[in-house]
Amino acid sequence: MTNTLDKADIGFECVIVKVSGDKPIKRRLMDMGLIPGTRVFIRKLAPLGDPMEIMVRGTELTLRKADALNIMIEVIAED
Amino acid sequence: MKMKIVLVGNPNSGKTTLFNSLTGNNQHIGNWPGVTVEKKEGFIRSHKDITVIDLPGIYSLSPYSLEEVISRDYILNEKPDVIINIVDGSNLERNLYLTTQLIETGVPVVIAINMMDVIAKNKDVIKSAAIGKTLNCPVVEITALKSQGSEELITQTIKIKEEGYTFRPVVWYSQEIEHLITEIAETIKAKVDNDKLRWYAIKVFEKDEKALEDLNLDEIVLKQINSKIEAFESLKDDDSESLITRERYAFINRFVDRVYLKNKIKVQSVSHKIDKILTNKYLGLPIFAVIIFLVYYLSISTVGGIMTDFVNDTIFGDNGLPAIVNGWLVSINAWPWLQGVLVEGIIGGVGAVLGFLPQMFVLFLLLGILEESGYMARIAFILDRIFRKFGLSGKSFFPMLMSTGCGIPGVMAARTIEEESNRKVMIMTTTFMPCGAKLPIIALIAGAMFRGSSIQWLIAPSAYLLGIAMIIISSIILKKFKGFAGKASPFIMELPDYHLPSVKGLAFHVYHKLKSFVKKAGTIILLASVIVWFLSNFSWSFVMISDPNQSILASAGKLIDVIFSPLGWGNWKATVATLTGLIAKENVVSTFGVLYGFAEVSESGAEIWTLLSVDFTPLSSYSFLVFNLICAPCIAAIATIKREMGSKKWTWIAIGFQTLMAYTISLIIYQVGSIFTGVFNVWSIIGIILLIILLYLILRPNKYLNISK
Repeated sequence: MTNTLDKADIGFECVIVKVSGDKPIKRRLMDMGLIPGTRVFIRKLAPLGDPMEIMVRGTELTLRKADALNIMIEVIAED
Repeated sequence: MKMKIVLVGNPNSGKTTLFNSLTGNNQHIGNWPGVTVEKKEGFIRSHKDITVIDLPGIYSLSPYSLEEVISRDYILNEKPDVIINIVDGSNLERNLYLTTQLIETGVPVVIAINMMDVIAKNKDVIKSAAIGKTLNCPVVEITALKSQGSEELITQTIKIKEEGYTFRPVVWYSQEIEHLITEIAETIKAKVDNDKLRWYAIKVFEKDEKALEDLNLDEIVLKQINSKIEAFESLKDDDSESLITRERYAFINRFVDRVYLKNKIKVQSVSHKIDKILTNKYLGLPIFAVIIFLVYYLSISTVGGIMTDFVNDTIFGDNGLPAIVNGWLVSINAWPWLQGVLVEGIIGGVGAVLGFLPQMFVLFLLLGILEESGYMARIAFILDRIFRKFGLSGKSFFPMLMSTGCGIPGVMAARTIEEESNRKVMIMTTTFMPCGAKLPIIALIAGAMFRGSSIQWLIAPSAYLLGIAMIIISSIILKKFKGFAGKASPFIMELPDYHLPSVKGLAFHVYHKLKSFVKKAGTIILLASVIVWFLSNFSWSFVMISDPNQSILASAGKLIDVIFSPLGWGNWKATVATLTGLIAKENVVSTFGVLYGFAEVSESGAEIWTLLSVDFTPLSSYSFLVFNLICAPCIAAIATIKREMGSKKWTWIAIGFQTLMAYTISLIIYQVGSIFTGVFNVWSIIGIILLIILLYLILRPNKYLNISK
């Protein structure tokens, strides 16, 4: 099942399928290691529901749902 | 050997720590990404002929963000001899991604794998030699925090320069891409140096605008190249830039498992446990509020306050320094003016400021702990939603945070905000945060005018909250004007692991902040105090007078003090203090010290404060405090605003806006506040009207909203 990262459920692990968006934002996401094929663990949402905290390549990243919208994911496993 | 080396690495990878340890310098360090916004230069302690440049932290050499452009321009145009690439050993994949790009620039690279202590503690193993072999460059293991490995690093750096370096590609892309790159290289080879040829060829393939600008290719040639790239892109269903990024990461993934052996036993990370509480859905915001409250409450009202009272009462009080110096001056029959300038001018003025040293000590210590621990990045995480609502980014918190120390680095930290209009708003408003130099003003008003009052404990934290509120209100208002409308900038940030602040690091941090404060007290503030003393003790006919109300300063101040009457403190002393505050904010307090004769008071310390209540009511003193917190910052900060804005016009807009806001808010506080004490006159009505206008500017619909996301 594919979805965008902003809609992913907390505590799930996903794999990135596609990254899109304007050039600067797309490049920024990919520079941070969010590449198709990368595993992402959805850790939590900030107290006010946005931004989200994810774990990628062993480090914690925080990004806004509006930016996460550019990332297509596929859920692979439950925590 | 004379050479120039440059430190490059990811944000928060420890570049500045290494820089300080190599050069013996003392640049600001914090545990959050983006502390260094400007390049810094120094010399290696043991090799004075080696210049080191510390560049801002970057993830990539993309052409899209300011820091990245600064870094790559430096590497490509300033011809550094060697790049020292700091790699965070606990996060190899993303750090080596930058490394592969640095190697492609053709400049010799020495890799310094940092945080080896963390690696050892986690029982992980990094095979440095294997990394060096794959990437064709020397690799040194270091722990910058403990200055371990820096000698070896310097040795390797000198060696690579002495022995010479020949560039060879380490990342080979897929055959089709390599084919195109070779073709591009063939076309542009007359235009660039041989060792930079591959870099530029890849950049042309990526359609990198900056590189294409440098190359200035013939239009027909460029069109031919681009049509081939576009054909390839549609074949692969992705843009060329992303294809390169993907292959770079694929290359790293292929060899990282081989060189980085992770400890199999999974340790439940302490950071996660801490985060479970500190960024908890329900507890996150309340904990943030309590922490900020405690920082200001502890430093100003309790711990710091007790220490400051001691300094003021014992050293500058009763039988303290003023009495001793005065006694000595009388005994040697010194001229009366000399006694005056020494006791009332210097001890009164500089002493008034130095008396707040303990409070600064506590404040800087607590802020230092917050910074080093890694909590700051979490604050951005927690507050981003609120800030974005007002068109700011969670990153806006960093300039604000720096401004609690000093407005100058605060204004510079606004650089980390990519989007132009957001950056301008931040530059204009970040100095609303009470900086260290404004702390004595807050402490003075809280101590003098609200002593014993049931709301005294609120005054200091309220100054801080007012700063945040003013930044939010201002950006709401500004964003509704055409010149400031713009997109909210993207927000993708790393959350570093928490770590225990080191005693050494904290001592360093606090010592240097206090040192610069004392230095300022001994120079600018000393000079200003002496001038204020002379002007307030001599008449226009240059005769020393006993009633300061007849002085040069009084008559000059009285000419303009009427301006501040609507704010509740239209007296010449407050006016002069505010104006001297433009030179340095500490001057507000030192000027009070001279004009109210703090040094002369012979009763208990508490009486020092009561002198102020002749000219102020609690309400008018709060209005005075608010004005001085919000109005134009000191000259040095204004100069920084000018540099960052890069325009005289925008500097004047910034100063004008700040002063206007300060005047309006103070007037509303004083006049509307006075209504509650039973006063009602024309000014009350003006106050209400201004309040309505302010509310209108905040609440009116945003015409330019459709431009933003």
